[in-house]
Amino acid sequence: MDRIPILKLGRALLVTIQVDMHDRLATALEDDLTNQIVKHGAHGVLIDISALEIVDSFIGRTLDTIAAVSRVLDAETVVVGMRPAVAITLVELGLSLAGVKTALNVERGMALLRQRDDQPEQEDGASAG
Amino acid sequence: MAPAPADSTVLQIRSSDDVVLIRQQVRARAAEAGLGLVDQTKIITAASELARNTLDYGGGGTMAMTMVNDGLRRGIRLVFDDKGPGIADIQQALRDGYTTGNGLGLGLGGAKRLCNEFAIESTVGVGTRITIARWK
Repeated sequence: MDRIPILKLGRALLVTIQVDMHDRLATALEDDLTNQIVKHGAHGVLIDISALEIVDSFIGRTLDTIAAVSRVLDAETVVVGMRPAVAITLVELGLSLAGVKTALNVERGMALLRQRDDQPEQEDGASAG
Repeated sequence: MAPAPADSTVLQIRSSDDVVLIRQQVRARAAEAGLGLVDQTKIITAASELARNTLDYGGGGTMAMTMVNDGLRRGIRLVFDDKGPGIADIQQALRDGYTTGNGLGLGLGGAKRLCNEFAIESTVGVGTRITIARWK
């Protein structure tokens, strides 16, 4: 069975989805990413979906699950490159991807992950005041 | 239920690979009908949701695809048929978050929001037919 390649980029993992994802491929990606996060001690996962022409509720749910599992393993997930028509459709479909961070492109996504790495302890501190 | 019109393309829905195939075929037809990029994306996404429903809840089935023209505008109409258990309460099935399986429960209601026309005929124990259309 074909699989989506996962690249290591510093402390992050980069996944570029370039094929029309069928359901088994999405599920395999979920498994592979989880294993790779642990193997490399990755702090971040970047998922580039700029080649995806649609995101339906199954793919949306897969992205949500990947983000949730990554978080439990101390890695942040950023989905980048969503096409405008996909964004419009996704919201109308009723999916907000509330648990997933997004950025316009890979560069901004990497910047977002770097920010988190620079200030790892301050996030849950008492910031009110 | 009436058979699909003669000029329509009928595709089988038996596996998740067929769902991908349906997305590709609907994209080609929607482009042919002159739908814009956002409208194409909406009807492809709706087709993906309904094809997966046909597979997961209807035990597989078919999708018939027809180009439509009402004299003023063109569009595309998709008819999903299955011989599954049927839907007992259609209003409930359309509500966001309602699911009898392990999905998100967005498929039916979501697909309805993405289309200009949406109709469900369902008989418990006989099957379900869902018709959607998107106009230019």
